[in-house]
Amino acid sequence: MHANNGTDPHAIGTKLPAPEARYDMVVVGAGPAGLAAAIAGAGEGKSVLLIDENPVPGAAMGNDVPLLFGGRMTTGTQNAERMLETVFMSEPQLEAAMEAGVEVLLGTSAWGVYRNGPGITGLPENVVALADKDRGWIVGYGELVLATGARDLAIGFPGWNQPGVMGAAALERLLAHYEAFAGKRVLIVGSHDLALNTALLAREKGVDVAGLVEVRSAPQGDAALAEAVRAAQIPFYLDDAPAEAIGGIDGVERVRLRSGAVIDVDTVVLAIGLVPSIELIDAMGGKRVLDGARGGYIPGDNAGVTCVGDCAGLADTGFDHVEYRMEWAGELGKLSAPDTIVCQCEEVTRADLLGVQPPRYLERPAPMAARSLDTLIQDGPPNPDQIKRLTRAGMGVCQGRRCRDQVAMMLAMAANGPFGSVPLATHRAPVRPLPLRILADWEESEEMRAGWDVWFGIPTQWVPYRDIDTPREREHQTAIAEGWSL
Amino acid sequence: MTYVGMPTPRETPQETMAKIAGTAAKMKVVIVGGGVSGLSAGWWLARSGAEVTVLDKGIVGWEASGRNGGGASHYQSPLFEEEQRMWPHMDALLGYPTEHQQERLVIAVSPKQLNQYHYLAKMNNDMGYRVDLLSGDQVRAMVPLAGDNCLGGMHYRFGGHANPQRSVQAYAWALQDLGGRIVQHSPVTGFETEGGKVVAVHATSGRYECDAVVVAAGPQIQALMAKLGVEVPLAAARAEMIVTEPAPMMPIGGVDGNGLYGRQTLRGNLAYGGGPHEWLETLQAGPPARPSSPLTRNLARRVAELFPKAAHLNVIRSWAGIVENTPDGRPIIDRMGDPENVTVITMSGVGFGLSPASGHAVRDLVVDGQCSFTDIAKLSLSRFDGIGADWREQRGWQPAKPDIAA
Repeated sequence: MHANNGTDPHAIGTKLPAPEARYDMVVVGAGPAGLAAAIAGAGEGKSVLLIDENPVPGAAMGNDVPLLFGGRMTTGTQNAERMLETVFMSEPQLEAAMEAGVEVLLGTSAWGVYRNGPGITGLPENVVALADKDRGWIVGYGELVLATGARDLAIGFPGWNQPGVMGAAALERLLAHYEAFAGKRVLIVGSHDLALNTALLAREKGVDVAGLVEVRSAPQGDAALAEAVRAAQIPFYLDDAPAEAIGGIDGVERVRLRSGAVIDVDTVVLAIGLVPSIELIDAMGGKRVLDGARGGYIPGDNAGVTCVGDCAGLADTGFDHVEYRMEWAGELGKLSAPDTIVCQCEEVTRADLLGVQPPRYLERPAPMAARSLDTLIQDGPPNPDQIKRLTRAGMGVCQGRRCRDQVAMMLAMAANGPFGSVPLATHRAPVRPLPLRILADWEESEEMRAGWDVWFGIPTQWVPYRDIDTPREREHQTAIAEGWSL
Repeated sequence: MTYVGMPTPRETPQETMAKIAGTAAKMKVVIVGGGVSGLSAGWWLARSGAEVTVLDKGIVGWEASGRNGGGASHYQSPLFEEEQRMWPHMDALLGYPTEHQQERLVIAVSPKQLNQYHYLAKMNNDMGYRVDLLSGDQVRAMVPLAGDNCLGGMHYRFGGHANPQRSVQAYAWALQDLGGRIVQHSPVTGFETEGGKVVAVHATSGRYECDAVVVAAGPQIQALMAKLGVEVPLAAARAEMIVTEPAPMMPIGGVDGNGLYGRQTLRGNLAYGGGPHEWLETLQAGPPARPSSPLTRNLARRVAELFPKAAHLNVIRSWAGIVENTPDGRPIIDRMGDPENVTVITMSGVGFGLSPASGHAVRDLVVDGQCSFTDIAKLSLSRFDGIGADWREQRGWQPAKPDIAA
């Protein structure tokens, strides 16, 4: 039987390491809101760490992480030194923060927040997990301020799964912070403030703007902004939508609209909306609430964590972003075919998602082929994480950034419910894809190494059945247990 | 579709299906718990003609059944030969894909690991289950992601792995195709007994009359059976896994070692778990959360050591699951004396791979009162008679800080 000495050497106990460093305040994201919070914290005499993932590694950008770059960054983004300098110069407040005593780490992402709570008590303290291009580590915090901004909302249509279909936030990043946009002529999808501002920025940066496409019958954004776009001779294609992006080996070459117009562009910029970046809050088990006027799912009340800037919710201008994007998703869905890709990483089509079908490398016997979202709904409300695991939509290396929101919209529409009736698939740490060698703890404690086991370390569990209660039992237990520690 | 490393099966699964057909006709069975053990039992019973209803507090396979390593190579179990006989046929029998793949490799990156694997290989070969020992070079030829640090390994000429969530859903759908009912979001609230039997199960969704009950509710078995006056000692704990982006496909995806369990999925992802667990309160309502921890980093390290040529691959998710363990870590598969129509099954944290066999055993207990294909007497609940109330404390299995864990 078990040693019964009152200790379990293979339980988590105190094996999780203490953080490398501890700060009164950790701020994630060095945009205007994060910078302001960090500078204010330092002004109150707090030790403050401010991190920002920019410049993002080229490999991540290639996977559309964290924004929908659509393969339209220049090769300049591969030069890490140049990128660091460009990012630093693009934000004058960074220098002010450093002068105020804030410790600033660029090129550093926060991939998890871990707190003791329901289901976990083994942490020495609450920590935020970080990584840069060389390594991963954890730091402790007194206060955690999330200023992670907002990311691109993607909605698919025929041909969207090729280089040259990108998001408005990614374009802003490339134009205003990286000076690394590879496109020449863009078509912008949407006409709310985001789209209007994107058009004006692109024009200012010398990019040719072929027009804005709007599914509704009038421009949706601020009247003065719309007037500025008109004054810049940028046309609106109203009551219209992209029916197909047509391209070649380098991606998009032209776009055919529903109205029949064909527009020569090398880039389509999805500017229908932005999604507050709630990955860290969601992955840490924090609360999230749905607020259409503030961009969709936003953080709820989470003790000990303060969200500032766009990640707390977009500014409420009275515009219902969710209603607007649902209208777009409905229209682009109509323009799509059953084989239009929804999840680019896993190549899941609309038909396979709504049919709850397995990936193409698996057989589909008749009973499988007969299953669908409808049969699943008969068993109860559809669970997006269940559908994700069955269809693999959202299971790829972009971590669902390109399809999580449109999958939620498609499932809600298919279930004849409003957005939110089928919840968003959950986020999991690491909330950035990070290489094994970076994530790895190469300096783990002897206690962790010695206490490691494959599965619970209960020697009686693995004794062959026929040898239970025989003299051989003890021999097996000893031999099996000896090999567990590394 | 049999293994070179296993004794020849006594009959084909198809012959077994023909034999059991109609043996439980009109029998009303309520299964409490839509995890893999409950669903397999339900499927076997439906194959026998029973009218099966599965009640689950949430959705099928949502707990450990749908989020484990997917391994199916459990030579320690009395259900092992049945596990090996059934798995290669499960896709065809269920009518849905499970992603089952055959055979496994376990590879060592330390001398201590190699010694243990050699011991396990001999133990298996002594039992008549073939395991081949491999040199480091042989491993590198079979496992393209292995590195110069690999000292050798072993090749199970049996076993394998499958996709947990897909397999659980396959059982559930196959059960429905046989006329069974799956009632989700319906926690069981109590049992109605009469004359030493449970005659109905009460759930939030209603009252379900029954001739027999199977309690297969994982950690929640303890609280449910307490309602029937039966003490089932179980301790819940949290375990963690990580997964990478896809790697090029290896000829055998079932490769683990270096203190890890797991597999390369059919998509190519490397999905691995292992390492310290955290003991938790065993709650009647089920786990309030399934958080992962910075253990992700220790898992990443071990995967990178196991597969140095995959160290550049991105980790894209981590997750945790809550499993239950019995005091000796072995299953309880037992039909109760009182109430006599209740059968309990907990696989003590090792239930997914053995599910095709455990369902058969439960079917036999429910319908015939005894297991037809193997001895499972040592898995009876009575072995824990008289176990002290402090059995968790004696083992150091109590939650570290109960106030927070609850």
